Amino acid sequence: MAANSSFPKYQSDGTLLGNALEWFDARFPLTSLWKAHLSEYYAPKNFNFWYFFGSMAIVVLIIQFVTGIFLVMHYQPNANLTPSGLPIAFESVEYIMREVPGGWFIRYMHSTGASFFFIVVYLHMFRGMLYGSYRKPRELIWIFGVLIFLCLMAIAFMGYLLPWGQMSYWGAQVILSFFSAIPVVGEDISTLIRGDYVVAGATLNRFFALHVCAVPLALLGLVVAHILALHEVGSNNPDGVEIKKFKDEKGIPLDGVPFHPQYTIGHDLPANVIMLIFFFAVIFFWPEGGGYFLEYNNFLPADPMTTPAHLAPVWYFTAFYSMLRAMTWNFFWIDAKIWGVISMFAGVLILAFLPWLDRSPAKSIRYRGPIFKVLLAFFVVSFAMLCYLGTKGTEYHFFGYTPTEGFNPLNILLSGSFHTKFWTFYYFLFFLTMPYWSKIDKCKPVPERVTFK
Amino acid sequence: MKTHAIKFLKYLAAAVLFAPALAMASTAMHLDKAPVSTDQQKLQHGAKLFVNYCLNCHSASLMRYNQLQKIGFDKETIEKDLIFTGGNAGSMMTIGMTPDDGKAWFGTAPPDLSLMARAKASEFGSGADYLYTYLRSFYRDKNRPTGWNNKVFANVGMPHALWDLQGEQAARETVDEHGAKTVELVAPTVPGNMSAQDFDEAVADIVSFLVWMGEPVAESRKFIGIFVLIFLVGYYVLTHKLGKTYWKNIH
Repeated sequence: MAANSSFPKYQSDGTLLGNALEWFDARFPLTSLWKAHLSEYYAPKNFNFWYFFGSMAIVVLIIQFVTGIFLVMHYQPNANLTPSGLPIAFESVEYIMREVPGGWFIRYMHSTGASFFFIVVYLHMFRGMLYGSYRKPRELIWIFGVLIFLCLMAIAFMGYLLPWGQMSYWGAQVILSFFSAIPVVGEDISTLIRGDYVVAGATLNRFFALHVCAVPLALLGLVVAHILALHEVGSNNPDGVEIKKFKDEKGIPLDGVPFHPQYTIGHDLPANVIMLIFFFAVIFFWPEGGGYFLEYNNFLPADPMTTPAHLAPVWYFTAFYSMLRAMTWNFFWIDAKIWGVISMFAGVLILAFLPWLDRSPAKSIRYRGPIFKVLLAFFVVSFAMLCYLGTKGTEYHFFGYTPTEGFNPLNILLSGSFHTKFWTFYYFLFFLTMPYWSKIDKCKPVPERVTFK
Repeated sequence: MKTHAIKFLKYLAAAVLFAPALAMASTAMHLDKAPVSTDQQKLQHGAKLFVNYCLNCHSASLMRYNQLQKIGFDKETIEKDLIFTGGNAGSMMTIGMTPDDGKAWFGTAPPDLSLMARAKASEFGSGADYLYTYLRSFYRDKNRPTGWNNKVFANVGMPHALWDLQGEQAARETVDEHGAKTVELVAPTVPGNMSAQDFDEAVADIVSFLVWMGEPVAESRKFIGIFVLIFLVGYYVLTHKLGKTYWKNIH
């Protein structure tokens, strides 16, 4: 049943609580909201493993909001130095870690939460690609999702500056300097974002304001829009068939089950406990995540005079950072730097066009042909390779290989920069040629009803 | 129904796991494995060496002296034996030398050491390994203004603070045909107050203390973590069983 159905108002059973609820429900759509989005929202009964990640993203979002509020109580966005020479912002993070009771726990939850947010969101997006969840009539859900992803990247980028460590500072310095590559207005845009000619105290203060206030508001609004749009058209499922085609006499889809309690308690709750086991295992036993969740260099205070020898963004940005670095030629007399910026943003924005690029008759991978399966597997490899190579220097070679002089195919085959270019090319080729290969792929017949048990 | 997803996951895992396997670390910096200890005796020994040898030029300004109670010192000992700079057990472990002085005297201000053991971790080893190797790799070099150089951190601004304990190490420099310089340490020609083995143990204790100071909560964090995970596993069993009951009658 769609969200816009009208539900009868609550009638009191004569008890005090019943009367109160009737009074409330007459003035606020309480029971109808509950029914439309939970108890009488019918979701396909054949959800599998891949359908856990949306609810996990909400759980991580709540963790980030709550821990973030407590961090703001103690954190000071101030780049001035203490008498011992440490920036106050850097010191206040360690003050939280050492002196605030339970502060280390709150801070590790927030820093680990950032990485977990991207893990579950990447898997959530990949689910959409597996089962064609972006296809008509769910294009808008997908577009809201891409906007959420953009907000998430902005919020993570700005939040990473706040501890004011070496990686915070130089990561921001490098990424913001790319905006200056934009012709004519580039320098002015960079200065406007930084509030100074280099990353400085003014940058820290505005990033703090955007990180704790502006972007979270936008994010929250988009999450509501994402869920409202989903409940308007109903969920897709691993078979990629519409359950609204077959309804019983009461108008309830035959293959649907109430979202609450079957999915909330019966499906998502245990799955989220599993996620929390991983989450807390990291927090209590592996909070640095091997240098990927908290970069080691970020335990050094920001020093505008010393550039770190090896600069890499946090792991969740490295794929797009690789796309930026893949552009080393000045095509059409336009600076390679600009092509890099274009390719980085295009790498995210191209996702928004997926609903129109995909022309396969079947939505779900279960009924799609071999071309899709092979190309999608390589797409996953390309994303993993770009993620990996983004953490390495530009001179990186696989197996610790040292390039030899003269012509040697291994010099190219094992070169990190070659693979960065190759897999970036593949990433874009996958999307841009999709209208062609998705149409000619040999799909299996799609069943009328979902497969269950 | 679920086998489809699992099968695909297996393909993915094979494809994704292949990528890191391809990639082994390149040019290695050799670091000795630091024998890091959480033993209170060793941490206390490390703390004493730290306040005597390090806390004159380096601050540990994120640490409060009374935190040292967590490694078994009592308040009187802290105030009587460990604080040389004035102040009481509630003070931070700061120093009299300002960063500007440090810059003028050493070329670069000696960094704050509160987090150094965490900051120095890299693909070559833990931060403790780095510090353990670094502190044992000073050698005499008359070309440096301080008279000291370091194998791990070439042309470092810091002189060998522990030289009276270790003695004076020398180094043999060899230059290969490509002009690449390798430095090989030679056992101390001028002996120190400690035997080589005692010195290694003393450095290990300092490093253990630096590791502890990097995150004083680390041990209790792991201790609490065990109970949290036990609770969550039990909670999962319950929620899993509860969840199943909601699907019993759905076919």
